[in-house]
Amino acid sequence: MNLPSILLWGFVASVVMATITEGSRGLGWTRMSVPFMLGSMFTADYDSASPVGIVVHLLGGWAFALLYALVFQALGRATWWTGALLGLVQAIAVLVLVMPVLPSLHPRMANERTGPEPTRALEPPGFMALNYGTRTPLFTVLAHLAYGAILGGGYRLLS
Amino acid sequence: MPQPSSSTPPAIGDYGIIGDCRSAALISRHGSIDWLCWPQFDSPSIFAALLDRDRGGFFAIRPTAPASVTRRYLPATNVLETTFRTDTGVLRLVDCMPVASREQQRGTLRPQHEVLRRIECVEGEADVEVICDPRPDYARVRPRLRRRGALGVWYEHDGMALVLRSDLRVRLSDDHADLAVRARMRAGDRHYVSLVSAFGEPAVLPPLGLHAEQRILQTVAWWEAWSAQCTYAGRYPDAVLRSALTLKLMVFAPSGAVVAAPTTSLPEAMGGERNWDYRYCWLRDSSLTLQALFDLGYHGEGESFMSWLVHTTRASLPRVQVLYDVYGEPHLPERTLGHLAGFNGSRPVRVGNGAHGQLQLDIYGEVIDAARAFTVRGGHLNRGTRRMLAAFGDAVCDLWSQPDEGIWEPRAGRRHNTYSKSMCWVALDRLCRMHDEGHLSVPTARYRRVMDEIRRAIETRGFNDALGSYTDAFDGADVDASLLLLPRYGYADAGSPRMRGTYARVAARLGANGLLYRYHADDGLAGEEGAFGICSFWAVSYLAQVGDLKRADAAFQHLLTFANDLGLFAEEIDPATGAALGNFPQAFTHVGLIDAALQLAHERGVHARPDESSPAELTTATV
Repeated sequence: MNLPSILLWGFVASVVMATITEGSRGLGWTRMSVPFMLGSMFTADYDSASPVGIVVHLLGGWAFALLYALVFQALGRATWWTGALLGLVQAIAVLVLVMPVLPSLHPRMANERTGPEPTRALEPPGFMALNYGTRTPLFTVLAHLAYGAILGGGYRLLS
Repeated sequence: MPQPSSSTPPAIGDYGIIGDCRSAALISRHGSIDWLCWPQFDSPSIFAALLDRDRGGFFAIRPTAPASVTRRYLPATNVLETTFRTDTGVLRLVDCMPVASREQQRGTLRPQHEVLRRIECVEGEADVEVICDPRPDYARVRPRLRRRGALGVWYEHDGMALVLRSDLRVRLSDDHADLAVRARMRAGDRHYVSLVSAFGEPAVLPPLGLHAEQRILQTVAWWEAWSAQCTYAGRYPDAVLRSALTLKLMVFAPSGAVVAAPTTSLPEAMGGERNWDYRYCWLRDSSLTLQALFDLGYHGEGESFMSWLVHTTRASLPRVQVLYDVYGEPHLPERTLGHLAGFNGSRPVRVGNGAHGQLQLDIYGEVIDAARAFTVRGGHLNRGTRRMLAAFGDAVCDLWSQPDEGIWEPRAGRRHNTYSKSMCWVALDRLCRMHDEGHLSVPTARYRRVMDEIRRAIETRGFNDALGSYTDAFDGADVDASLLLLPRYGYADAGSPRMRGTYARVAARLGANGLLYRYHADDGLAGEEGAFGICSFWAVSYLAQVGDLKRADAAFQHLLTFANDLGLFAEEIDPATGAALGNFPQAFTHVGLIDAALQLAHERGVHARPDESSPAELTTATV
């Protein structure tokens, strides 16, 4: 594994992915705020949640790049399109598998069946995060496609 | 189609207001929220039945049977309580937009915005109905509401979510455009209805029941603690505190800006075109509002406003715009909303405000006077503020001789307004004083020379010997009510023959039923507006300044009779009927009330006002 390469491009890909998700949120295309969702797992302070979440999101993206590198090594190739394909798989897994069960994993997220509680008041994302807007899956997929493509393209260039 | 109230349309004065220092809601006597803009004061409305009863949207909680209604604010708070008495029982509705201290906010996720309503039956039994008919984007959107199980009823549109939750059983209409509840309540029954919004992030859904009760109690405690800081010791403490609480609702806490009113297009002349959007921050109104709050012992708002002002004017220094939005955005194009019928048919409904492009020279005086008030009360001017104020002084020296639109921002063009010139004099006077006190450094010799020029111009061209009065404009023969402020800012001695003559002229020309119109000159608009609330209070202040406390007190008491049952004033009052006119509630009028009460208390020696403008020091002038 080319560790310096994957660390460099992992960082770039994480920043681009976060920019796409936050940009689409800022433009009103979705209400999904990954930083707020992640940060509120660690703190109940409204003002601190997003800054904490941005750091966690970037670090998570960086760490996830190592998994991508392992897959590239196993495949014996790293191209922008193989990276994008991995990103698509990851996005679908996040939307279909992770989002619906997030209320069970998140300490401050409400449950659709029981409703909000004093310590669990955050709106759950629902299937494919559609609760946060019908365009949420689209931008989630786009962000992950960009993430994977940058990793695949960049990793190939420096290998 | 559901209606916001079952009887005749409410008058402007039939509304009460709740808020959270970010946005505000107007609630009718019939328990209907007819005006709400989220996420901030000047955002597109969620409910706008105020401006179009049929299609504007509303959120009502009310008895189904005819009821007599009484209202009050819980003491020293902006939590509204409406009591409905029907033939069979008594229902009590409590409305608030929850606020909490920083300590209380820490450790809990709270919604960005919430309207929390509690309905309880305190006697007998009665049927209650809840109708929520949101029409976002000034009623241009007819939403489709969706159920989400225990999470409530949702509406989602362009990055915004509205969520309504209740412990009553909610029923959606057939087209899913509105929801309704009908329930029989018996003595002791208590239910909560919560409407929250989220913009650009997942919503936070606070629980109902005891948790909702706790939010109401926290809100009551927050407002009580704020009210307890009031140092006013004069007469009419309830009216003064209600005015202070109303002004606090106009402060946009995230930035420190102060809006003139939370509404748009409530007509100054019923059925006419004098309908304006006041949901912005006029530097004049904001400065006067902060002075009023300063005088009552509230200093924190001043620091926030100064910070907002420095940030807002940085790009345009030394010029300033008349008004900005709450985040300092200067571009506020005025447009009409042709699809809305207007309050009582008063069209057009306008959003944005074309006055932002006007030149109103008096605002330099008002802003700098507020800065001086800030320093007199121990405030410290940081480097940015000092630089801003010095730049204002230079701008005044360059601009004072130009014609301007003036304080009343008519659409009829510019002229040499006497009040504007006097406030240029005030601006330079206050800067010289702050220089002498060591707060900043300005070229005082130049400023004092210009002050002399201004005074000479006012005393020769702004005073009409034949009338024995200052005039509204240079070389004019008419008056406007702003001339009563010349002593207030220390430009003139209230007891001087010139001011006594001016007061007599203003009272004779502009007075009606104990009220004052602001002017009678042609302002380029059709229709006749009402008497201007703050001008009427200026007359009280003037009488107090000349020591005529008996007349001042009587006039003040008379003016208080024009407030609504909650103590709220609109911008204007119809002298014939006493009805409220114009945007509501209006910060300017409540500023006038506070200032008049403080002046009365000061003259009686029960509430000292810091000496900011002693007329005795006006010897730099040479007429």
